[in-house]
Amino acid sequence: MIFDIIIYIFLGIGVFFNALAGVGLLRFPDVYTRLHAGTKCTTFGSIFIIGSVILIGLKSWLFSNDTNGSVLAIHSAFALIAILLTNPVGAHAIARAAHKSGVMPAQAVIDELQDKPTEKKTGQKTSSKTAFSKKEGEL
Amino acid sequence: MIEFFNEYMIVLIALLLCVIMSIIRVIIGPTIPDRVVGVDTINTIVIVGMVIFGAAYEEVIYVDVAIVYALLSFISTLFIAKYLEGGEF
Repeated sequence: MIFDIIIYIFLGIGVFFNALAGVGLLRFPDVYTRLHAGTKCTTFGSIFIIGSVILIGLKSWLFSNDTNGSVLAIHSAFALIAILLTNPVGAHAIARAAHKSGVMPAQAVIDELQDKPTEKKTGQKTSSKTAFSKKEGEL
Repeated sequence: MIEFFNEYMIVLIALLLCVIMSIIRVIIGPTIPDRVVGVDTINTIVIVGMVIFGAAYEEVIYVDVAIVYALLSFISTLFIAKYLEGGEF
């Protein structure tokens, strides 16, 4: 059956990306890269796993006329929409809070967000736009 | 009758390993935002696990619990972030 093969492939992709999120959360060096791994990979894996659950519901609705299948598919789609709306917003809030509470990225020397955003230096376009560049001598 | 151990349990065990790796980060995290990132990742994986449970046992009520859990975890994450900023509420 082609539906079962697609469901298992989607489950495999989703579990693989969730495992990448766990490994990245353990291996990355500072808060911002950990946030990058933990949020993007879980969002992408959740799309595939809940998509496979939607396919399971559609399969039991179309091929065996089970109305619980359609309810399962629609409610899983609502859960997917909730994850897709709330996960990036939460990650943005955590990153902003981490920067405001004084956590710097690893090996960073320039903090561009430290200045007030109201004082604009429009005339000069200096080379300070290369944020978080490595200091050559001291590292 | 649905058997207890079907093929979705393998997916759930893999997700459990991901949750354990996130718990290690929550325990050994050097700063407070590290722990918050770990808790946020655990929340998302638990939502996915609830949806998988709903598909495995053919119970739609688990998926409804997952929706409510997603919205509540979002609100708690925003609240912790607002607390870490040190701003007034």
